[in-house]
Amino acid sequence: MKKTIFGTAVAAVMAAAPALADLTIVDTSYRTGPYAANGIPFSDGYQDYFTLLNQRDGGIGGEMINLVECETGYNTEKGVECYESTKGEDALVYQPLSTGITYQLIPKATADGIPLHTMGYGRTSAKNGKVFEWVFNYPANYWDGASHAVTHIVEENDGDISDKTIALVYHNSAYGKEPIRTLEGLSEKHGFDLTLLPVDHPGQEQKSQWLQIRREKPDYVIMWGWGVMNQVAIQEAVNIRYPMENFIGVWWSGSENDVKPAGERADGYKALTFHNIGSDYPVYDDIQKHVVETGNAAGAGDQIGSVLYNRGMYAAMLAAEAIKTAQEMHGTSAINAAQMRDGMENLEMTEEKMAALGLPNFGPEFKVSCENHGGNGFGAVSQWNAEAGEFELITEYFQSDQDVLAPLVEEDSKAFAEENGIEMRCN
Amino acid sequence: MPEQFVWGMEVFLNGLMAGVLYALVALGFVLIYKASGIFNYAQGVMALFAALTLVGIMEGQVPFSHLINAVLGTEIHHFGWHVPAVLAILFTMAVMVLLAWAVNQFVFRHLVNQEPIILFMATIGLAYFLEGFGDMMWGSDIKNLDVGLPQGINTSIDEFTYQIFDYGFFIDNLDLFATAIAAALVFSLVVFAQYSKQGRAMRAVADDHQAALSVGISLNFIWVMVWSLAGFVALVAGIMWGTKSGVQFSLSLIALKALPVLMLGGFTSIPGAIVGGLIIGVGEKLFEFSFGQMLGGATENWFAYVLALIFLVFRPQGLFGEKIIERV
Repeated sequence: MKKTIFGTAVAAVMAAAPALADLTIVDTSYRTGPYAANGIPFSDGYQDYFTLLNQRDGGIGGEMINLVECETGYNTEKGVECYESTKGEDALVYQPLSTGITYQLIPKATADGIPLHTMGYGRTSAKNGKVFEWVFNYPANYWDGASHAVTHIVEENDGDISDKTIALVYHNSAYGKEPIRTLEGLSEKHGFDLTLLPVDHPGQEQKSQWLQIRREKPDYVIMWGWGVMNQVAIQEAVNIRYPMENFIGVWWSGSENDVKPAGERADGYKALTFHNIGSDYPVYDDIQKHVVETGNAAGAGDQIGSVLYNRGMYAAMLAAEAIKTAQEMHGTSAINAAQMRDGMENLEMTEEKMAALGLPNFGPEFKVSCENHGGNGFGAVSQWNAEAGEFELITEYFQSDQDVLAPLVEEDSKAFAEENGIEMRCN
Repeated sequence: MPEQFVWGMEVFLNGLMAGVLYALVALGFVLIYKASGIFNYAQGVMALFAALTLVGIMEGQVPFSHLINAVLGTEIHHFGWHVPAVLAILFTMAVMVLLAWAVNQFVFRHLVNQEPIILFMATIGLAYFLEGFGDMMWGSDIKNLDVGLPQGINTSIDEFTYQIFDYGFFIDNLDLFATAIAAALVFSLVVFAQYSKQGRAMRAVADDHQAALSVGISLNFIWVMVWSLAGFVALVAGIMWGTKSGVQFSLSLIALKALPVLMLGGFTSIPGAIVGGLIIGVGEKLFEFSFGQMLGGATENWFAYVLALIFLVFRPQGLFGEKIIERV
């Protein structure tokens, strides 16, 4: 009897194939704490895509994916603990989903030889692959975002914004301060006045900032917020009757969570994005069939198609494509972290590839190289349609202002290289 | 009239309104500290829990649905009904009374006569437990709270001030409503504490536990009552703050706004919480208005504590706190 039970247990463990798989992906998620409402959909999307590949395709290149979830609570110390406790499992790549955690992991991951993918967050100058060998931030970074917002404003004003005023309402943290340097550079180039309005964490009280906006009447407001700061800012903008079509949030201020508390009056609010919106893609039919209906969804299945679910799913898709590239490059399906890095550095996303994956026009086309770990800096603008209850893409993908950004990336990354004695690569 | 002065007046009025919202949170701390000497670290989480419960009841959400579905393999999330706001508030109050009873029965009853620091640590534990419990019970998504409170600019004040100053003041209708509620709440609490039998018993317990026991006052009853009152105040604060930002886990951090108010107004005075709130609200807003740009902005959080510390230096027990005299 004991033997039967033991045999059954072994069979059950063997049947749970992913636990014994060779491709380990760590999901450093945050399903608890003040930012859980944003962490949950991202993590659900990230995990569901890998589950789809396991269920539908038998993994990637014949290797099953072993998903390891570790809860960070969006806390930097816990994020580092997650990294330390899981890196021994031959993790291929980390997606920390926090700028604070990213900054702590850059030296650790570099020393350990494990790539980081910080998609749309983290250290912007990590775009320079000559300095940051193990860090990637494609397809877009914070400075790209700042430029996208200004380019959109320039286009709305027929190319001249020299008489305009733009206010930046930002989270008073390293994350929130990221776009300031870029906006100052763009202000010099285009001649607009820039007003800086910091909001202290967590951002529950912003009356002073919005009274100032009401008094000074800036033509546009750009927001760099996260969590409750976003909801309060949009509510305050509604309260002072600020024109919502002139209010543009970065991609971390542009989910359904951010606009819904303000109700119908948030209609017209704009947000940047580097991927498409909604669930009208063939891949979602597969997720429904192979993941949700088989009871393998990471969450309750109620987040599918939301902005942050899409972002998590997109991050997983990019990781999966990098794995495929690495497998082809090295002629082996069971790749390691160093080979994964090579895959990421040689990743090319084309429209053909995305369409074949069931995600036509889901993200911009881009190519990663040894020198360029950040892609081509393409993004788009979305707008909240309150009646339909969804964001809609209102522009094509367009490129950030590389004339302004490239020297800034070069300057910042070189300073980092000098401080840390890093020898330039890609010669 | 100079433009800066007119704008300053608008900032002053908005500071008063913000102060009322801070005071609403501080009131809950005062009630529990006054009756039991416990600094309730969990007051912010209680506001969150109350607001989560209110939305959950209004929306007909099945509590612990994720847990039930995971264990039983079911797919239930909602009962399929919506409960009117007033009825939902009453149900939520019943839940807060139940919580008060449970807190007393399972935690504080066993800690009678312990050092204040032990009681404080117990409330830290309670805060984390309640946060996790609320998450498990109602989920961690951001919930819209609409109990029918007016929001947005008050057009009458806008037009009236425009006629006088050629500049219309912005006053949020929700803040005006919160002010009226807070005034009514303080008045009721003061009348309750001064003139009702239970209120006098509460004050007796606050003065001396042993003496109160000796004249037949039930400590258990008083503590359950006080935690229930604090739960009610937390519910009111949760409604006001939750209407502004949606009900989400950051709501528990509003407690941080109450600390300087308590330092300034005193831990034992109900009117002190209101006056402290008003001073902090006006002080931080006027300081930001006058010096914010010069100092790089975002001065409100730290200036509130500086203001409280200045008062503390000259009056350690706070403006309205009881002066502690210990005779040796």
